[in-house]
Amino acid sequence: MATTIHIDVVSAEESIFSGEVEFIVAPALMGEVGIYPKHAPLLTTIKAGALRIKLADASEEQLIFVSGGILEVQPGIVTVLADTAIRGHDLDEAKALEAKQLAEEAMKNNTSEVNYAKAQAELMEALAQLQAIEHLRKVGKR
Amino acid sequence: MPGSKEIRTKIKSVENTRKITKAMEMVAASKMRKAQERMRAARPYAEKIRNVAAHLSHAQAEYRHPFLIKRDVVKNIGLIVVTSDKGLCGGLNTNVLRITINQMQAWEAQNHGVQISAVGNKGLSFMGRINANVKSHITGLGDKPQMEKLIGPVKVMLDAYVAGEIDQLYIAYNRFINTMKQESVLEQLLPLSGDKVGAPAGHWDYIYEPDAQVVVDDLMVRYIESLIFQAVAENMASEQSARMVAMKSASDNAKTVIGELKLVYNKARQAAITKEISEIVGGAAAVSG
Repeated sequence: MATTIHIDVVSAEESIFSGEVEFIVAPALMGEVGIYPKHAPLLTTIKAGALRIKLADASEEQLIFVSGGILEVQPGIVTVLADTAIRGHDLDEAKALEAKQLAEEAMKNNTSEVNYAKAQAELMEALAQLQAIEHLRKVGKR
Repeated sequence: MPGSKEIRTKIKSVENTRKITKAMEMVAASKMRKAQERMRAARPYAEKIRNVAAHLSHAQAEYRHPFLIKRDVVKNIGLIVVTSDKGLCGGLNTNVLRITINQMQAWEAQNHGVQISAVGNKGLSFMGRINANVKSHITGLGDKPQMEKLIGPVKVMLDAYVAGEIDQLYIAYNRFINTMKQESVLEQLLPLSGDKVGAPAGHWDYIYEPDAQVVVDDLMVRYIESLIFQAVAENMASEQSARMVAMKSASDNAKTVIGELKLVYNKARQAAITKEISEIVGGAAAVSG
């Protein structure tokens, strides 16, 4: 029986693959890396590309496409933290800028200090309404 | 029959309201199941990345990331407020905004400036009304949390942290406990505290490729993002559950109201009939007599 290594491919939104494999090829930032069982601990970023996985009980390789992420090798276990979005410094920057602009637009008429009194009054009102509804419900049930 | 038409109209309108709340209840119930699945699906990633972060913080890494270093003087605080986009979900948003505002007030009393990042419409409009310092926001996340949409507002906060504009980062959201119970929590994200990353697992270090700093930077950003993603996913599951419960109680209330109105209507109808009969009988008696 060939030695195998456990691999988990997960993204923030879902778990993509998990199982025992013989061999993995991942598109690391500096070039492809191949990982056999008993590989030394390794931490590397991977770029968009295909993960090639040779399953323990199959002769063919399985391909999983990832849009980047992080590959971690620990004794006996490999973890691929896949990104769900295409990442890049400029892309991230653009998204951050957009989020900022949206906030600025929404806050245009915002000059004075934080009005805690008003905020609390608003919240108390909402809470009072909720309590009243709760009370009415109890009374109604009786 | 005075007033009977008004009562009939009223019954009709309450019945219509009930139809809507019932439909919303059922929609929320089906969405809730999906939202809960999504929340669970996000857990493996968070766990895995947490393990890696734990190794990193305890392995003899040659590079300490700023997210791991606690700052002695805290001047400004960043706060990510996660709320729903839509209302009609009971006290969900109110609860999270209440703990937020209490905390903000406490910080203000200690002369800390607060910068807000609002996720979701309700939090944004609330923060807008109280004139808080909103640095970034994202709304319209829909029913499915997407990492892609969260990257922007999160990056604004992380950049501010690295640049020293904020010295701590917190997040406020509703933690999903079960369908009937959601808990509003306010947690610290940055600097990463020890218990968040766990205990050391041994003394060894990774081989880093291309080098430690690049990998650790990437990893830390993703770790924080995954924590925020998890919070958003939990908040969405909480939102659907809270909406389902709220709509169910609204439908029940409508049912009671309809029952009461029908009683009133029938009483009025009977009174009118009785009156009519007694009038006829009275009239007949007068003619024959």
